[in-house]
Amino acid sequence: MTAFVGTTAAAPGGTAPPPPPPARRRRWLPYLLLLPGGLWLLLFFVVPSVQLAGTSLYDRSGSLELGYSQAFAFGNYGDAIIAYWPHLVRSALYAGIATIICAVLGYPLAYFIAQKSGRWRNLLLVCVIAPFFTTFLVRTLAWKSILSDNGPVTGFFRSLPFFPDDFRLLATPVAVVCGLVYNFLPFMVLPLYATLERLDGRLLEAAGDLYAKPATVFRRVTLPLSMPGVIAGTLLTFIPAAGDYINAELLGTPGEYMIGNVIDSAFLVRLDYPQAAALSFLLMATILVMVFSYIRAAGTDEVV
Amino acid sequence: MRTRAPTSLSPEATALLTGQTRFSRRTVLRGLVAATALAATSCGMPGTRQDPAACRSADESASDKSLVISNWPLYIDVAEDDESVRPTLDAFVAQSGIQVTYQEDVNDNNEFFGKVRNQLSTCQTIDRDIIVLTDWMAARMIRLGWVQPLQKDKLPNVEANLLPSLRGRPWDKNTEYAVPWQTGLAGIAYNGNVTGEVRTMDELLTRPDLKGKVTMLSEMRDTVGLILLQMGHDPSDFTEEQFNEALNKLQRAVDDGQIRRFTGNDYAQDLAKGDIAACVGWSGDVIQLNFEDENIKFVTPESGVMLWSDNMQVPNRATHQTNAEALMNFYYEPEVAAELAAYVNFICPVQGAQDAMAAIDPELAENELIFPSESTLSSAKVFMALNEAQERIFEQGFQQVIGA
Repeated sequence: MTAFVGTTAAAPGGTAPPPPPPARRRRWLPYLLLLPGGLWLLLFFVVPSVQLAGTSLYDRSGSLELGYSQAFAFGNYGDAIIAYWPHLVRSALYAGIATIICAVLGYPLAYFIAQKSGRWRNLLLVCVIAPFFTTFLVRTLAWKSILSDNGPVTGFFRSLPFFPDDFRLLATPVAVVCGLVYNFLPFMVLPLYATLERLDGRLLEAAGDLYAKPATVFRRVTLPLSMPGVIAGTLLTFIPAAGDYINAELLGTPGEYMIGNVIDSAFLVRLDYPQAAALSFLLMATILVMVFSYIRAAGTDEVV
Repeated sequence: MRTRAPTSLSPEATALLTGQTRFSRRTVLRGLVAATALAATSCGMPGTRQDPAACRSADESASDKSLVISNWPLYIDVAEDDESVRPTLDAFVAQSGIQVTYQEDVNDNNEFFGKVRNQLSTCQTIDRDIIVLTDWMAARMIRLGWVQPLQKDKLPNVEANLLPSLRGRPWDKNTEYAVPWQTGLAGIAYNGNVTGEVRTMDELLTRPDLKGKVTMLSEMRDTVGLILLQMGHDPSDFTEEQFNEALNKLQRAVDDGQIRRFTGNDYAQDLAKGDIAACVGWSGDVIQLNFEDENIKFVTPESGVMLWSDNMQVPNRATHQTNAEALMNFYYEPEVAAELAAYVNFICPVQGAQDAMAAIDPELAENELIFPSESTLSSAKVFMALNEAQERIFEQGFQQVIGA
């Protein structure tokens, strides 16, 4: 069984080695093709990143009016961590919870669309993507109406025992996580769908023939085969969710603000560019560390 | 006399001394990248203050009858049946022959500042002849030397008709750099369907039945200004100690869960829906809500209200200053001002417009929030002018309280 799984999983990636390049000039072709993408990355990622790194080390006693001098003040990072570690932790926590909920909601949905929906498949896929036709902001504002204090959802909870009469959903961590889940759910569903759609039904039949119970089939066959989708989905959900600040701003209170809110305020309101840049890098570093340890733990080579 | 390198040296050192080191292409490349990165990061950022006298362009107003203005959305009168027709602006075009490009691209002071910062800080044009910014941002523009002084002789209407309480503002004592477009009050608003009357800032900050149903503005000057007034201090002249006192009071309300959020314009919908019962809000927004639901009311607390304005300024390198001034002057005709005020419902900064309004809409002419009484205006305060260091300390403290 295991060997069988291994071969199928490797099949999409494994192609025959290309024939040796016939002519000399062909050697440059791949580089030429890489050029537009490379230039794009250089211009809009590498250059700003280097600049941002420089900014994060400015002497913080400078100002917009008087300018900043480069002091290689690595202490900026320490200051930023001391001042805003709760926001960093909160970002990781909210994004983590949202990612788990997305996975729990998204997996059955993707499985159903990929395997059971038949001729409704395309329609259902459009439904998953449809929210993207409106802007992020409008979608989040819609949640303000849904969770409104006088709305039906809150009303339902208030009518239950054990919930106080002034119970509310809006402006709580629950609302922020709900917003994150909703806004990033398609990023989870689509990669999952892509892997589950290629799932070979005959494998499941074979497992059944070998007297595996449905739960066992899922645990031993379906889940392992769909791991690349799970991992791609969690990364695509977690990374933008951790940096998001719109949900916290519109659905939360100051007590729910995430690191994105702080960076926004440092760049635009407080005009503390060194700290804003330092926080941006800290966020990047935090995400990188978490993602790498996650990939390590998940032990997969197929994603990256 | 040269001798051979002693044999005790390591092979690497020997290689180095005898010039046999060979760098691989990859090593060279890595070194180059690192060196470039280091070079790129090692320069600082120059100061951004400019001298408006040096950083200006020739005025082409006479030969080029045009003008570009950047204003906030929904801040000018439009015809009832066609939103693209702007009656007062069309009247200006007809009268002066100046073609106006009217852009509604100021959504937020900080955002707009971010948009024009790079150009103005290096003395480049932003291709606009008038920008409309709120007091404190207008003050920052003046401080940075990014806006041009206005020619008083081109602005006789402004000279004659500007409301007295808007003259000699702390950050532009001689009305030299900024002319108010519209003015407003920051005070208390409440939804009478959800709660009883709210009269003071103390009630907002501590009344138990409002817990979790109060928002305040993320505009530091309005929120802190009102608290300073409540505490008996003067927002146009206060000490750092008094500011911190006010901030502590606000922090307590945040910690208690009394305050739900700090908002920009978006408090209006929440107030109308009843998700929040009371808030710190702006007069113009609340009038609009009041038209739709008369239980939503604006309160000017007895301790005083904050007065703010959005101001027209001419940025450095603008090429149509005289045209721009013609427009400013035009909007200070009482009849024009009344027509504009009848649509936007903020406080009209033009004296004499109230009489002109009586002809358009007598009811609006009596509206205290468009034409406030002398007593309201005299209790209204303009926030102190801050230098960069103060602005930073105060903004830092305030941002800390509001969670970011």
